[in-house]
Amino acid sequence: MNRKVIIIGSGPAGLTAALYTARANLEPLVFEGSQPGGQLTITTDVENFPGFPDGIMGPELMDLFRKQAERFGAECYFEHVTKVDFSKKPYTVWVGDKEYNAESIIIATGATAKMLGLENEKKLMGFGVSACATCDGFFFKDKKVLVVGGGDSAMEEATYLTKFASEVVIVHRRSEFRASKIMIDRAMNNPKVRVMWNSSVVDILGSQEKGVHAATIKKTDTDESFEESCDGIFMAIGHKPNTDLFSDVLKTDSNGYLITASDSTATNTDGIFACGDVQDHSYRQAITAAGSGCMSAIDAERYLEDNNLNK
Amino acid sequence: MADNVKEYSTNDFKSEVVESDTPVLVDFWAEWCGPCKVIAPVVEELANDYEGKIKFGKVNVDDHNMVASEYGVRSIPTLLIFKNGAVVNQIVGAVPKEKITAILDTVI
Repeated sequence: MNRKVIIIGSGPAGLTAALYTARANLEPLVFEGSQPGGQLTITTDVENFPGFPDGIMGPELMDLFRKQAERFGAECYFEHVTKVDFSKKPYTVWVGDKEYNAESIIIATGATAKMLGLENEKKLMGFGVSACATCDGFFFKDKKVLVVGGGDSAMEEATYLTKFASEVVIVHRRSEFRASKIMIDRAMNNPKVRVMWNSSVVDILGSQEKGVHAATIKKTDTDESFEESCDGIFMAIGHKPNTDLFSDVLKTDSNGYLITASDSTATNTDGIFACGDVQDHSYRQAITAAGSGCMSAIDAERYLEDNNLNK
Repeated sequence: MADNVKEYSTNDFKSEVVESDTPVLVDFWAEWCGPCKVIAPVVEELANDYEGKIKFGKVNVDDHNMVASEYGVRSIPTLLIFKNGAVVNQIVGAVPKEKITAILDTVI
């Protein structure tokens, strides 16, 4: 069946695009990807989404987003798109062997936490190495953990981890943080938190059987290296956009973010729109993602109308 | 909760999982874990798909932390697949159904 619109991604951007296209009777099909609800599903309290004066839990907020889109007929599937063909219309996306066609596509694949790229990091992921304090903090009761990074997410993870860990050490490669002041204060005022400035993690020591027991730290100013004992390491070193599936067809910037036309969500390919973190390296908020998701939906609707595809 | 995914405890984990004749998939989860809510319905679907071939169960890590720590679970959701009393495979994080079926098909 030829769809009018397929949405790839299910964070605030994708689900807002789903809500708007569903209300416009475009019967959107949403492929939720491997993390339905997106990055907010691994956070705790969201304090800055307007309309929730007391805050709301990230997973709960995304559940509400999905329900609202489904109420108007959006179909959401917990499936991961594996391949696309944007070279001819209608466009094709594959989930494994299953093929789907659509006149327009909205890309809202978001971004994924970056890793350091160490061999042991991959091997020990889930065995002491984590990119999600809210998922895994529980397992580090009265343990010592490192948090790598210097932005808001590093501060948030460090603060959250003090609920469980006996000691939280923020390892940061520079001599100052780029996090916002409120987040820095919250972390630094906690007696369990200390900072290792000008330091980077160059190796992680441990095994899948016994977990992590230490990290090798290298001082970025003196080149001196030493081992720091710890039971867990949490990565909070930024994000990379999920554009691998499209980067050979759609224009990206030097960091891999999709490029959209100014004041629009149009990519360089007709009928293909991008919204949310996959095209935004500067704001990266739930509310801005939702806003651009709405723009994508309206852009797609106009495109379908202008090309007589909205039947 | 579907009745084909049984809640295991510290008390019956040995008899239900370790001493089971059929392979067992155990989902380690907690109430506060967002990705666990994503994987739970997938596990329930799989329990139907593999009925009679593989047993499915879950362990709440808040209530039964001993079991989780015995098997080195340090991240949830974690799916452990047991065959003849030993862990033969593990999946960390919420992953699409196909990835789990690919692994389950190797143990039956």
